[in-house]
Amino acid sequence: MTAVVETKGLGKRYGRRWALSDCTLSIPPGRVVGLVGPNGAGKTTLLNLAIGLLAPTSGVIEVLGGHPADGPSQLARVGFVAQETPTYSGLSVTDHLQMGAWLNPGWDNGLAIGRIQHLKLDPKQKAGKLSGGQRAQLALTLALAKRPELLILDEPVAGLDPLARREFLQVLMEAVAEHGVSVILSSHLVADLERVCDYLVVLVASRIQVAGEIESLLAGHRRLTGPRRDPSRLPANYRVIEASHTDRQSSLIVATDERVHDPVWTVEQIGLEDLVLAYMSRGVEVEKRQPAHVEVRP
Amino acid sequence: MIRFTLRQFRNVAVVSILVLVVLAVILAITGVPLVHLYDSTIRNCKAQGDCKEFLLTDRSLYVWLGIIVLVAPGIIGVFWGAPLVAGELENGTFRLAWSQSVTRTRWMVTKLGVVGLAAMASAALLSLMVTWWASPLDRVNMDLFGHFDERGIVAIGYAAFAFSLGVTAGILIRKTLPAMAVTLVAFVFARLAFVSWIRPNLFAPAYKALPLDPVSTGFATSGGSMSTATLIPAPPFISNAWVYSTQIVDKAGHALTHSFLARACPLLVSGKSAGVSSAGFGLLGHSATRSQAPAGAQSVLQDCVAKVGATFHELVTYQPASRYWPLQWYEMAIFLGAAVILAGFSTWWVRRRLT
Repeated sequence: MTAVVETKGLGKRYGRRWALSDCTLSIPPGRVVGLVGPNGAGKTTLLNLAIGLLAPTSGVIEVLGGHPADGPSQLARVGFVAQETPTYSGLSVTDHLQMGAWLNPGWDNGLAIGRIQHLKLDPKQKAGKLSGGQRAQLALTLALAKRPELLILDEPVAGLDPLARREFLQVLMEAVAEHGVSVILSSHLVADLERVCDYLVVLVASRIQVAGEIESLLAGHRRLTGPRRDPSRLPANYRVIEASHTDRQSSLIVATDERVHDPVWTVEQIGLEDLVLAYMSRGVEVEKRQPAHVEVRP
Repeated sequence: MIRFTLRQFRNVAVVSILVLVVLAVILAITGVPLVHLYDSTIRNCKAQGDCKEFLLTDRSLYVWLGIIVLVAPGIIGVFWGAPLVAGELENGTFRLAWSQSVTRTRWMVTKLGVVGLAAMASAALLSLMVTWWASPLDRVNMDLFGHFDERGIVAIGYAAFAFSLGVTAGILIRKTLPAMAVTLVAFVFARLAFVSWIRPNLFAPAYKALPLDPVSTGFATSGGSMSTATLIPAPPFISNAWVYSTQIVDKAGHALTHSFLARACPLLVSGKSAGVSSAGFGLLGHSATRSQAPAGAQSVLQDCVAKVGATFHELVTYQPASRYWPLQWYEMAIFLGAAVILAGFSTWWVRRRLT
């Protein structure tokens, strides 16, 4: 099957700053993908490239086998809920549904109206007077009723209170189950994604740190605790993601496909949050270290 | 996309239609009596050679209508054009709009087309209503070119241009308020530049030679210095013409020089009557201002003009009334062309550069 998003060497530069660099990725269909990374890591840039709101500076990106925003049919296949869920503040909820019907050939009006009723939104209410949560729900309704094959959401719950956040994700999951749509959603909080995603992409400092099925990621990482040791002396098939040491003890997070047999280590399973944090701090360290490489030593 | 553009444009359109309707009612109420008044009185006043009184009918309305037609395109540019895309960029709604199943090019072309046509239709309606209303007064006023920008079809071109200009400014600046300000300044500049540098050169002017009129020709010095003394020909009255200039030239086309004037009229130039003894100009006769000059000075001036008039004549450079409509079409077409170029540029920018 075609990958929902396939990129090779994808990069986007603003002036002299690379917002995204050398991004190579292949996301299989039918997943709910969490795109995690700190603020400013390049998540929005990557999603906007997939939507076709941005054009890449380097590399290629294909979405559902086509070029992003390349004609009405490609646009129809991808639904998008943008950051801060923009809506037309002067237009009513009904006007927004009408817009969806006018501008999308595959518009599912029954779905849209059903969802608005279910959410108990007043159809005559102006979008500018909706609460943040309601606006996000309206934006999600517009994106869903278009009946896309892929739904992309950029920090959809960032501005919502915990209750609205839970409701939004719940509605999203119901829709995914019902319509079998692939989803990519970004967040800077792992907790948001943990319950809903089955695929993870970690983006730090404009680079992809890790991408894969959450299950296999969890299975492929271990926390090792034992007497203090230099991480560079570990076997070659252990990739150290994070290492912290006390005077007598070392605690490592390593990626390995093999079982750990060395009896000096206490081996633990690792949770998603710890995994993501390990990759995030590694990415940040790499970023911090970079200037050191250009220093000329006397 | 057309329906959605209309929906987004609805509030503005309702306000504009209301304004036009109110104006139409005012014009109908005052315009019909004006036509009757013209039909009934104009023959008498023409016979008496004095239609001054008729020209004072609805004077302030006449002036205000001209101003409305003059500023309407600017208003369209500022309030319809500038926010059209800048508003979407500012509020982030472009992300919503551009992720519907409509390409950016179609989105942009539809918006430009629908609102642009509405701008042109409104300007056309406004200008033609005012042209009709003012036609009895304009016919008596005999100064077609004096209201060139306020009548006829040029306002359609201005409106289209102002609108495209506003859209382009909005796309480049991406903020509604600054874009509105820039639109206003750029539009006023473009209009003034056109009026001063392009319009006079669209058609080669016509020339007319007239004998110097001893009664209406004046005499002036600049800054009180006699070395700059010269004769001033009265603006000739050519009905409905646009007079560029009047000069005093000889048969070879050389302008009247100070030394010739000094030789021909030593009395005048040596300056017993220093300063200015200018003639009264225009339609309403010369007696009013002439009477202020002392009788002696008058006869000296008249003798002088008669002497100079033997070799020199008055040359009028002007556009005749027959050029009025060709100029209207030409100017409208140029502004429409500029509007189309700006619209094309902004579409290209939205498609390619706004990424």
